[in-house]
Amino acid sequence: MIPFLALVRKDLLLFFGDRKAVVVGILVPIVLASFFGYLFGGQKGSAEMSKVPLLVVDQDGSDISRGLIAQLAGDKNLDVKPATLDDARESVRKGKATATIVIPKDFGKDAGRALFTAASKPQLDILYDPSHNVELGMVKGILAGAVMQTVSKEMFTGSGGREMVDESLAHVEADSQLPADVRKPLRDLLSSVKELNERQDERRTSGASGQAEVSGGLTMPYETHEEAITSGQNVEYNGYAHAFAGMGVQFILFMGLDVGIALLTLRQTGLWQRLRAAPLSRTMLLGSRTVSASLMAGFILAVLFTFARVVFGVRILGSFAGFVGVCAAFSLMTAAFGLMVAALGETPEATRGYSIMATLFMVMLGGAWVPTFIFPAWLQKLTVVIPTRWAMDGLDAMTWRGLGFSSALTPIVVLLFFALLFGGVAVTRFRWSVEG
Amino acid sequence: MLEVKDITKRYGPLVAVSDVSFRVDRGETIGLLGPNGAGKTTTVSIIAGLLSADSGEVLIEGNQVKSDTDPVKLKIGLVPQDMALYDQLTARDNLTFFAALYSLAGAKAKHAIDDVLNLVALSDRANHKVGTFSGGMKRRLNLAAALLHDPQILLLDEPTVGVDPQSRNAIFENLETLKKRGKTLIYTTHYMEEAERLCDRIVIIDHGKVIANDTLQALHQLLPVTNIIAVELDLVDGFKPEQMLALPGVKSAELKQNTLRVGVHDLSREAPGVLRWLAENGHCFHHVSSEQPDLETVFLTLTGRSLRDS
Repeated sequence: MIPFLALVRKDLLLFFGDRKAVVVGILVPIVLASFFGYLFGGQKGSAEMSKVPLLVVDQDGSDISRGLIAQLAGDKNLDVKPATLDDARESVRKGKATATIVIPKDFGKDAGRALFTAASKPQLDILYDPSHNVELGMVKGILAGAVMQTVSKEMFTGSGGREMVDESLAHVEADSQLPADVRKPLRDLLSSVKELNERQDERRTSGASGQAEVSGGLTMPYETHEEAITSGQNVEYNGYAHAFAGMGVQFILFMGLDVGIALLTLRQTGLWQRLRAAPLSRTMLLGSRTVSASLMAGFILAVLFTFARVVFGVRILGSFAGFVGVCAAFSLMTAAFGLMVAALGETPEATRGYSIMATLFMVMLGGAWVPTFIFPAWLQKLTVVIPTRWAMDGLDAMTWRGLGFSSALTPIVVLLFFALLFGGVAVTRFRWSVEG
Repeated sequence: MLEVKDITKRYGPLVAVSDVSFRVDRGETIGLLGPNGAGKTTTVSIIAGLLSADSGEVLIEGNQVKSDTDPVKLKIGLVPQDMALYDQLTARDNLTFFAALYSLAGAKAKHAIDDVLNLVALSDRANHKVGTFSGGMKRRLNLAAALLHDPQILLLDEPTVGVDPQSRNAIFENLETLKKRGKTLIYTTHYMEEAERLCDRIVIIDHGKVIANDTLQALHQLLPVTNIIAVELDLVDGFKPEQMLALPGVKSAELKQNTLRVGVHDLSREAPGVLRWLAENGHCFHHVSSEQPDLETVFLTLTGRSLRDS
């Protein structure tokens, strides 16, 4: 036991002895996690989302186009500004605006006509930045609702709408092509709209009160209530929890990599000869390194989450035992990963390159940078073979999702399986001989 | 104490050592002498259990090292050629760690550490980080780390590489102290003067094979000459050294600048005749001295190559 403890103690002394490396090794993930946490939701989800910059070119100048612009400007997700067509194109090209909506001349008149008859529909041009496809979908959705509300309101209550109804009635009467079974209901509909408008006018003239005025136009027939499903009621999502888990996973993997490279370097030195000359078993030599690397990983995770708790209010809302279990299993997996790197590598220099690449793939596909739900469906299925995916799922489950210990069990078991797999490869492939 | 029997080690087509055999008695110091790449380090690595031989065996007091944790390994202390220390730790922390590898802790470890620090004269630097040490101090600490568990056999793989003459001398003094304490030393080097100063017996290895294994005196006997008479002549015009080969007992004669070197077997018997011949033939001289051929000459004689050029 004395040699084992001495080996672990020595590794820890060397790790903590290099204070600059320790500080940088902890500071960098904290800075990055703080940044990513802010981007992906911020503290308790209260950070204001940036609005989509949208330009509107109004070539119509009608009540409907003005109403449409006002409707768009009232949306909390949009930052609407008027522009000329040339300026708008330039702004989108330079990335200053995400999209531009061009309202063509006679849009109001044509849209109103198209609402009741088979007249051709006017076209709204949307000029957009192709790097903002997601926002484009959102803009189109908001635009559809705004157009329907504005046009229908004008048709039912506006002066332009009355003219349009009269015109449409005349058109229906004059259209000899219109089948009789269509003509009658269409005439009835337009006559009813006309009558409704006349009654509204009478009420306004007589100053009648006490009765609700019929709201003009079509409105959305529903309202939404949004509720973030987190660990409990009134517990808001904290984006920093995922960010700190992600950066912790990334930097601990890099630490595991360093452990492997250091072992490869050690094999080329007299220190390795001295260790091998001592009466120490191979299990003890690799086992002690596994324990020390796991302790270092656990330390880094503890510091990161303590910082996240104190500064950003990240809490372990799920099972604390589950959280510790996931951290421990991931730390062990990382240590085994480092040993595998040492076992498979030829020289430190050659190994560093490909193992950094492998680590970055694991980090990226494991969802440490961005959550895996952003990935395509096939990639989400594929990433279950990546151990970091399980670490991230486990840490998310135990922090902001606030799930119980049972939700940590699968990640723990999978991570331990990977630890065994990597450890097995390390033990069987490690080159013990010292070349003379 | 230690017996190396017919060990062979190959790396693919390269034969690093081939049928190497020698034995070392308790308290004896032997030098493994040979050029770089001769197979010295491979031999030491096999003895220390760092490498397994393809064939042959190493017996330590009649026992083979059978596993990584075999207690037989406790009888061996290894001083690797490369510095085997942690620069970031203090000398005492380094020694505490290496002592623990041999299950030494507490008072036993402290006693052992104080003892070896005293031996290598580094007690006053015990709490300094090794990174601040000079090359010579590191070499001494490297030696000390191998002595903590008080091994009977000490394997020293070129322990003076890269140190200044003063530090080298200090290490020699440490090793001479260990010899006096009855330790068995196996010392690899390609420096002749080190082997000549320290070793009771010398095993010369070349291309992985033992080409000589004997005491220094016995190795000298392998040479065509065992003594050289060096004479500084006043005038050398017209002097032909090969004329001297006709003298009884003279084995070689060569002239470089104004120094004549005459090789003989028996100095006391041949020297008067050589000097008399010079005087009688009008070759005045102002200085006479005698030299013994060194191991370099032995190696040259045995292999046909200079040791340092190999």
